[in-house]
Amino acid sequence: MAALKIPITAEDHARGPASADVTLVEYGDYECPYCGQAYSIVQEVQKQFGKRLRLVFRNFPLSEMHPYAEAAAEVAEFAGAQGKFWEMHDKLYENQTRLGEALYFDLADKLKLSSTALLQALEQRTFEARVRADFKGGVRSGVNGTPTFFINGHRHDGSFDLETLVSAIHQAMGTPKSA
Amino acid sequence: MVQSSASNVVPIQSVGVLPAGAAAPNFTLHVTPDQTLTMSDLLGRPVILAFYPADWSPVCGDQMALYNEILPEFRKFGAELLGVSVDGAWCHNAFAQSRHLHFPLLADFEPKGAVARQYGAYRTADGFCERALFVVDKTGVIAWSYCSPVAVNPGADGILQALEDLPK
Repeated sequence: MAALKIPITAEDHARGPASADVTLVEYGDYECPYCGQAYSIVQEVQKQFGKRLRLVFRNFPLSEMHPYAEAAAEVAEFAGAQGKFWEMHDKLYENQTRLGEALYFDLADKLKLSSTALLQALEQRTFEARVRADFKGGVRSGVNGTPTFFINGHRHDGSFDLETLVSAIHQAMGTPKSA
Repeated sequence: MVQSSASNVVPIQSVGVLPAGAAAPNFTLHVTPDQTLTMSDLLGRPVILAFYPADWSPVCGDQMALYNEILPEFRKFGAELLGVSVDGAWCHNAFAQSRHLHFPLLADFEPKGAVARQYGAYRTADGFCERALFVVDKTGVIAWSYCSPVAVNPGADGILQALEDLPK
């Protein structure tokens, strides 16, 4: 079974405590409709597990297929450099059908981020290296499409519907499903 | 129509893909409706052979689309990537255009699956290829092979590791 090769560090975007029983890593693409579906499922999963779960998001833009995916990932990283990764991540998925510069600047405004700085970051591709590093690390870990999940370091090869994910996480915790 | 004689019994499971150390069988297959590609023409550089069940799998980042994104990583090793399925050249053409694929898809179409069978990568009962990967070294010898459960996209980590492990 494929295993996560790139350890989770302080550089990662994480939601939930490092001491959580289970870490769920998602490799995702902001333009991928399946990741869009997974977004609300993962939110529900987080609700169910609370502090027992840590979520980590890493970029895996399939740029040949999704022309907006790379820039969207860089926008999220731009926000992340200012401590607002998850706010931007959420808003990008919530507005997935409107990806494009108009949306990015609109969201930057809403999150009180400088649009001048965003423009500069996009033009100078400031966050390209970070996104590429996520992508390459994902490839090395056996990411095989988007979204790909790793539960405590093991690639989750099943479906990512709520029931399957929840049950896989319970299994990783060693707790019965009803816990 | 339906052949049912005992002499025609076919194995349900393939006996396994050709292992590392075996010579990669040579072949010539259509790469477009009017062009063919011969495996031995690629001697001198590593070749990745990716057999897969069918074009048009309905997910983002299906196996071929994924490899398309990873192509620059493969090319760092000077490796050539070839996708192989039993789909015809016209079908491959449409699929490659729709996914903007930048590597050849070979049609193992007539006789159906003949090359896949030689590599032990044909699912006789299903009539399509296994999800089988081969890294062939520059001398034409299989350096690594892997057969994934047909429903599981194997990703590219094994390929990259095998390319890295090739003698320089």
